[in-house]
Amino acid sequence: MAFFLETLLGGLMSGMLYSLVALGFVLIFKASGVFNFAQGAMVLFAALAMARFSEWIPGWMGMENLFVANLLAFTVAVAIMFVVAWLIERLALRYLVNQEGATLLMATLGIAYVLDGIGQTIFGSDIYKIDVGMPKEPVMMLESVFDGGILINKEDFIAALIAALLVISLSIFFQKTATGRALRAVADDHQAAQSIGIPLDRIWVIVWCVAGITALVAGIIWGSKLGVQFSLSTIALRALPVVILGGLTSVPGAIIGGLIIGVGEKLSEVYLGPYVGGGIEIWFAYMLALVFLLFRPQGLFGEKIIDRV
Amino acid sequence: MSGRKFGEVILDLKNISLSFGGVKALQDISFNVLEHEVRAIIGPNGAGKSSMLNVINGVYRPQQGDIILRGEHHANMDSYGAAKAGLARTFQNIALCKGMSVLDNIMTGRNLKMKANMLQQAIWFGAAQREELEHRAKVEEIIDFLEIQHIRKTPVGRLPYGLQKRVDLARALAMEPQILLLDEPMAGMNVEEKQDMCRFILDVNDQFGTTVVLIEHDMGVVMDISDRVVVLDYGKKIGDGTPDEVRANPDVISAYLGASH
Amino acid sequence: MFYRENGQFKTSYKADQQAFAIPQDRWAIVAIVAFAFIGVPLLVDEYMFRAILVPFLILSLAALGVNILVGYCGQITLGAGASMAVGAYAAYNFMVRIDGMPALAAILLGGLMAALAGIVFGAPSLRVRGLYLAVATLAAQFFWDWAFLRIKWFTNDSSSGSVSVPDINLLGWTINSPTDKYLFCLGVLVVFSVMAKNLLRGNMGRQWMAIRDMDVAATVIGIRPMYAKLTAFAVSSFYLGVAGALWGFVNLGSWEPAAFSIDRSLQLLFMVIIGGMGAISGSFFGAAFIVILPIFLNQMLPLIGGLFGLEVSIALVSHVEFIIFGSLIVFFLIVEPHGIARLWSTGREKLRLWPFPH
Repeated sequence: MAFFLETLLGGLMSGMLYSLVALGFVLIFKASGVFNFAQGAMVLFAALAMARFSEWIPGWMGMENLFVANLLAFTVAVAIMFVVAWLIERLALRYLVNQEGATLLMATLGIAYVLDGIGQTIFGSDIYKIDVGMPKEPVMMLESVFDGGILINKEDFIAALIAALLVISLSIFFQKTATGRALRAVADDHQAAQSIGIPLDRIWVIVWCVAGITALVAGIIWGSKLGVQFSLSTIALRALPVVILGGLTSVPGAIIGGLIIGVGEKLSEVYLGPYVGGGIEIWFAYMLALVFLLFRPQGLFGEKIIDRV
Repeated sequence: MSGRKFGEVILDLKNISLSFGGVKALQDISFNVLEHEVRAIIGPNGAGKSSMLNVINGVYRPQQGDIILRGEHHANMDSYGAAKAGLARTFQNIALCKGMSVLDNIMTGRNLKMKANMLQQAIWFGAAQREELEHRAKVEEIIDFLEIQHIRKTPVGRLPYGLQKRVDLARALAMEPQILLLDEPMAGMNVEEKQDMCRFILDVNDQFGTTVVLIEHDMGVVMDISDRVVVLDYGKKIGDGTPDEVRANPDVISAYLGASH
Repeated sequence: MFYRENGQFKTSYKADQQAFAIPQDRWAIVAIVAFAFIGVPLLVDEYMFRAILVPFLILSLAALGVNILVGYCGQITLGAGASMAVGAYAAYNFMVRIDGMPALAAILLGGLMAALAGIVFGAPSLRVRGLYLAVATLAAQFFWDWAFLRIKWFTNDSSSGSVSVPDINLLGWTINSPTDKYLFCLGVLVVFSVMAKNLLRGNMGRQWMAIRDMDVAATVIGIRPMYAKLTAFAVSSFYLGVAGALWGFVNLGSWEPAAFSIDRSLQLLFMVIIGGMGAISGSFFGAAFIVILPIFLNQMLPLIGGLFGLEVSIALVSHVEFIIFGSLIVFFLIVEPHGIARLWSTGREKLRLWPFPH
C-alpha cells in the first residue's frame, strides 16, 4: 500500500510538470487556434537561457551571491522569452492567421526547429545545471500510518507548489485584468474581438509571452531536477496527450489531464511494464489519448467540435 | 406550365421532423415529387430549406418521418446511399476541388460508375485506361451540353463564381442522376448568368427527363421554371401547389411575399 | 526549339490523357530516366552513390508515400517513420523466418505489412483530423518505436537489438557494390513512381483529392470517406514500408529502431512541405534538398567560417541545419504552400510563353 501511494504521488508530481507544459499549449491554442508544437523548444530555450546566464552573470559582475545571480538570470530569461514571442508573432504567425490547423501545426514544427537551432548555437549544446537552491533530500511522511512511511522528494513538493501558484496567478490574470478579458474575447471569436477594437497582434504577442513564461518555469523545474539538455525539447511530445485528454481549450483540463497522464504513466510502468518488457510510459499516454480521440474527441473539458457542410 | 406529362411519385417525404438540440428546423413536413417535374422549395431565410435538402440526400437524418424513394423506404439514408440511389446535388457554397481541373472535377462525379480496382489503376494499361476513356467521352458530352469546353483544363479555383456553379452542376450531371437537387443554383449570379442557368436546368429536365428539386431565393425565377412549389416558413409547410396557386395563397403572401418583397 | 505546345493538337481523348501530355515533357522524362540508368553510373564515384544517391532514391520513395497521404488526401501524419520501421522489420522477419524467401518478395511483403498497420492506425482519421490525427499517428510512431526495441521476437532475439541482412540476391544478381545498390533502388523508384502517377491521375487519385478538398461534401457525390482515407493510408504506408525495407536492406545493411524514429517522420514531412505537397515531383525535390543540404553545409560552413577566422564545429553545422530547415518550413508554408514543385512549374509556365509573355 505504501508503495502504491508512493508511486501515485510520484505520478502526481511528474503530472504537475506535464500540466505546466500543457498549460502553455492551451493558452496559445485558446487565443490563436494554433497548436504550438514549439512549446517544448521554448521550454528548452528558456531553460538554456536561465542556466547559462546564471552561470555567466556572476563572472561578469564579479559576485558570488547565488540568489542575486538567479534573480538576474531569471529576469534576463523572461526578457528573452518576450523577444522570442514577439519575433514569432512578427515573422511567422501574422502571415498564417486563418490557415488550416494542420498548416499551423507544421509551421510550429518549423519554429521548434529554428528555436532548437538558435538556442543551442547561442547557449551551447552540453548538459547544464540550474541550481535555484531547491532542496534535494527526500522526506518521510505518514510514518505513523504505514510501516516505513512514504518517501517524497522535497524538490517535487516545492515544484508542485510553484506550479500551483503559477496556475492560480494565471487564472487571476485571465479573470480579473483588462488584458485577460481581451484575451478571453479573442479566444472566443477573433473577428468579433477585432471589431470592437482589440488589437489582435498585440494580444497574440502577450499570449506567447505568457506561454514563454510558463515554458521558463517548466524549464527551471525540469532543469533543476534533471539538468538542461536537448531532450527537454521533447517534453512537448510527452505533454501532447495531456491536452488531448483534458481538452485543448480548457485550463483545468490541462491540469487534470496532466495529473491523470502522470499517474497513469507511473502506475502502468510499475504494474504493467514488467509483463511487456518495460518502457511503455511513452506510448501508454498516447494510447490513452487515442482512446479519447475515438470516443470523446473534445477531451474531458473541451468544447464540442461540430462539423458543418 | 409545360405540356410534358409527369410520371409517378418518385420521391415521397412523409412527416419529416428534424431538430438540432432545441431548435426545430423542420416540423412534420410532407410533400412528394413526381417523376420528370421541376419542384421548388422556397421560403424566407431560416425557413429550413437547406435542412430539407440535406434530409433528402442523407446529410442530416431526421428524428421522425419517412423518405420513400421509388416505393422503397429510406428512413435511414446516408449521403453515400443517396448518391447510389440516383440522387445528385449541387452546393450553395460550391464544394469543388479547387486545385483540380474542371475536367477532373467532373470526372469525380463518375466515381460510382467506375469499377477498375486499385491494382488495375496502378498498372493503368488495360482496364483502367479503357474505363477512363469511356467515362471521358461521357463527361465530354456534359461539357458540351453546359458549354464549358473552353475551360476544360483550367483549375477550378481560377474560374469566376458563375462558371464554378456551372461546373458544380456538370459534376452532378456526370452522376447521371434520376433526381437532381440544386441548392440555390442562382445565388450570387448576375442576370445573364441566371438566364443561362435557368436554360440549363430546363434543358436537363427536358432532354434527360431528370427530376429536379431546387431551393431558390429568387421568386421570379422559381415561379418561371418550376412545375410545383413547396413553401416553408419557420420549419413548417405553409403552402404547396403550382406557382399560381402558391402565389394566391394568403399564408404565403403574408409570410413570404408580404414580408420581404 | 521553343518549349511550347503550339501546333500540337490532340485528336483523341487517349492522347489527351497521357501521363505527360506535352511531348517535350515526355521526352525530357525519358531522357532523365535514361541518363539516370546509363549516364550516372559512368560519371559518379562511390562516395556519391553511398552518401547521396542511394539515400536520395530511397527517401524519395518514402516522401512519395507521405505525399500521397498528406499532399493528395489531406491527412496529416507524424508516424511515417513507424511505417518505414514496420516495413523494414517485417521484411527482415520474412527473410530470416522463411527459408529461401527472395529478398525482393520479402521487401514487398514488408510493404504489405506496413500497409496493414497503416490501415489500423489510420482508422482514427475517420473520426478526427488535423492536430488530432497528428496525435493518433504519433501514437503509432511511439508504439512501434517501443515494439521493435522491446519485443525481442521482432528482432529475432538478437542480443544487441540491432538486426542485419545479407546482400540482396535478385535472380543471380548480387547487389553489393554501390552502383548495384543505386541501380536497384532506381529501378524500384521508377516502377513505384509510375504506379503512383497512374493512381493519382485516375479515379483513385480523384477520390483522394475530393476528400482533401471537400471532406464531408465528398460523400454526396458518392465517395466513401472510409474507403478513400483508408486506401490512402494503405498505399502511403505500402510505399513507406517498401522504402523502409530498402533503407534497412540496401542502405544500412544492419540497423536499430532509432533509424526510424520520430525524427525520421518529421524529416519526411518536411521533405514534402519543402518539395511540394500534392505534386509527385515535389517528393523528389524535397528528398534531394534534405539529403544534399547537410552535406553542403558540412563542406561550406567551415570554408565560410575560415574566411572570417572562425572555427566551425560539427555541432554548429547541425544547429545551422536545424535553423535552415525550420525557417524554410515556415517560409514555404507562408509563401508557397506547394513548395519547390510549384516554383518549378511556375517557371515552366513562364518558359512556355517565353519569349512572348503576353
